[in-house]
Amino acid sequence: MCLAIPARIVQLFPEEETRALVDVAGVRRHIDTGLLAEDPPRVGDWVLVHVGFAMSKISEEQALDQIQLLKMLGEEQAALEELAGYDPADPVPRLEPSSWSTS
Amino acid sequence: MKYVDEFRDPALISNAAAEIRRLSDPRRAYRFMEVCGGHTHAIYRFGLKDFLPENIELVHGPGCPVCVLPMGRIDDALTMTSDPSVIFTAFGDMMRVPGAQGSPLAWKARGSDIRIVYSPADALKLAEKNPDRHVVFFAIGFETTAPSTALTLLRARARGITNFSVFSNHVTIIPAIRAILDSPDMRIDAFLGPGHVSTVIGCRPYEWIARNERRPIVVSGFEPLDILQTIVMLLRQMKDGESKVENQYARVVPWEGNRAALKAMAEVFNLRPYFEWRGMGFISQSALGLRETFAGWDAERRFSIPGVRVTDPKAAQCGEVLKGVLKPAQCKLFGKECTPERPVGALMVSSEGSCAAYYNYEHRKVLAQIEPAAAVRAIA
Repeated sequence: MCLAIPARIVQLFPEEETRALVDVAGVRRHIDTGLLAEDPPRVGDWVLVHVGFAMSKISEEQALDQIQLLKMLGEEQAALEELAGYDPADPVPRLEPSSWSTS
Repeated sequence: MKYVDEFRDPALISNAAAEIRRLSDPRRAYRFMEVCGGHTHAIYRFGLKDFLPENIELVHGPGCPVCVLPMGRIDDALTMTSDPSVIFTAFGDMMRVPGAQGSPLAWKARGSDIRIVYSPADALKLAEKNPDRHVVFFAIGFETTAPSTALTLLRARARGITNFSVFSNHVTIIPAIRAILDSPDMRIDAFLGPGHVSTVIGCRPYEWIARNERRPIVVSGFEPLDILQTIVMLLRQMKDGESKVENQYARVVPWEGNRAALKAMAEVFNLRPYFEWRGMGFISQSALGLRETFAGWDAERRFSIPGVRVTDPKAAQCGEVLKGVLKPAQCKLFGKECTPERPVGALMVSSEGSCAAYYNYEHRKVLAQIEPAAAVRAIA
């Protein structure tokens, strides 16, 4: 719950403007971007996700740092589990590339 | 320097450690509190104490939401599950936290419909899919999770979903810091400010600590170098006789916070007059309840909540540890009756709780030094 999970936005949905598909290490899930209403993210942007909601936009470099930090803290698995847990009834195709493993 | 290989840039770490030695006055003691449980976890994980002189003590603060929740709130929450129409949802972190009548996991084993969700949005979705049931979401957390609960409630209202309610245990960090500063048995010289909470609230809310309480506070990132740099910044302020708010984590934390998140929170929540914190007692205006306009989605208004008050097990000294008066290992139950596998108190449940962090890193390290064979058995 306290994990900040870095994720890359891979798809937005014009008909549902605060919904976004994100990718973390090839795991893709829908998150809510409503808390970034003042500066909505675009496809390719990185965000920090808490409990299924994007809380802040970050640079790619910061995202890779955060991924590294989660690894160092031994929380990488917990982060991936949390992400995979978002809306499990609404799965999305698992695709490469794996942004997580680029670091 | 056990973990040094895992640090990204050992040279920068050594520089920061040297700077800390240079700036600190060996004739005095320093007590710095890291407010956030994420920092506590990182400090233990990276063995950062080894990089600090003896006279700098890091005191673990109240910033672990699972840890500061009084036991009675768990019992209160779980009584709702005796209504067979209720689907009770909670984050996975909560499942093993003991209430007086057992943890959510134990209640689930006894037949309550309790489900893990990873997002409040999923609890709302569950309500949409089960119109003949009522879904309660056990909301917990500081300002990192409160905006998500708020936005979920705004969506519930917009979509007219009425079989959904929230049992709010959201707390806010500033009043807890105030309570610590007001507590006579606490003496904290400066604060490492929370990182992710500050992405929401920004840095401004800490200004009173610097101005009125004359304590430096530096909002900090979570990497080893971040934490050491934050300590450098605190020491530098103290050496110069200053007390101000600084932002070491500016690459992620905007000074003004996240206005959309604050707006959602303000629309849905108001401050409760008071709320009980485990180990710290009642703190005024420290927690978020649902506004009257959201009464229909407020589990506390929809269900009759007994208002259970449970004192912690006598031998457990969670309160003293939580306030930093005792170190985890000084509690009588630590590592004996109370372990991460079989926690008595919440500080042993969450990886951000100081007892679990201490147990997982320091305690095992100590065990390994004393009696390797026994340590291997203890870890296995």
